[in-house]
Amino acid sequence: MRLDKVTVIVIALLFTPLGGMAQAKPADDLLAKYREQGARNVSAKEGETLWGRRFKDPESGEERACSTCHNNDLHATGRHAKTGKPIDPMASSANPKRLTDSKFIEKWFSRNCRWTLGRECTPGEKSSFLLFIQSQ
Amino acid sequence: MKTTVWIGILSGGMLLLTAQFALSRDKEDSMTWNRLARGEAAPGVASVTNKLYEQECGACHFAYQPGLLPAQSWKKTLNNLSDHFGETVELEKGDLAALTEYLTKDSADLSGNKFAISGKIIRSLGDKEIPVRITEVPYIVRQHHELSARHIGKNPDVKSLSNCNACHTHAERGSFREGEVVIPKFDRWED
Repeated sequence: MRLDKVTVIVIALLFTPLGGMAQAKPADDLLAKYREQGARNVSAKEGETLWGRRFKDPESGEERACSTCHNNDLHATGRHAKTGKPIDPMASSANPKRLTDSKFIEKWFSRNCRWTLGRECTPGEKSSFLLFIQSQ
Repeated sequence: MKTTVWIGILSGGMLLLTAQFALSRDKEDSMTWNRLARGEAAPGVASVTNKLYEQECGACHFAYQPGLLPAQSWKKTLNNLSDHFGETVELEKGDLAALTEYLTKDSADLSGNKFAISGKIIRSLGDKEIPVRITEVPYIVRQHHELSARHIGKNPDVKSLSNCNACHTHAERGSFREGEVVIPKFDRWED
């Protein structure tokens, strides 16, 4: 079957909204912002180390890490530690919605750093996390 | 010529899909309206219609329909987010106000005459009772009294009675019919 040019364009247009979603820009903007705030010597490798590091919650005594809810494998679905609700994969390659909204990223950095580390993450830590997630 | 035919087929297909969707929505709506006209409540609870609620609350747990608790209960929970069942929840100020409005407006007291479960929840509560947990509501407790720990607490795929959608396969739509219950690791639930 031969598809002529116009048909191809019509079909392509039907799928255009999906095309724009996979941009890495919000994460790059945040990396620039964190650098302005003093982030230095950041790397995906450092992010990976931090990802698996365990922090003791002084109240409950339980050990918490990013991987507690998000998994060690960023391509896999995670699970909320308390409710068991599935959490979509963190890697953009497995979940194109990741790293597409800077407000969303900052909100969850704030919530999850406090839960896991017991404090806000530093600009350097956040940069390394972003680089690690981007590398996946 | 060929192009016109292709465009025709594509747009025709899309129109058909849209029409089918509209028709199925109409059917549901008209069923609800018929019931209302007869003075009967629709089964279940009103489904969640608020995007902010789905995002902010539904990110961590099942987005419990507002019609599962009375307005006073929602207010109590929203006023105590620094200790939200052991977790700290932080919301932007405007978001908190918007969520309070949504949850109280669609709460069980206000939708009880339209939705059967909301009505039963309200009628099972004493005058001064303000439960913070849906699982403490007498009607909900009664409905689950036959279940034991091996079905819920000790069942790793359920873990808690608060995970409605672990067994109620249509919970997200606000439907909790017995025939829709499938307990993980057990067969379809029958009385």
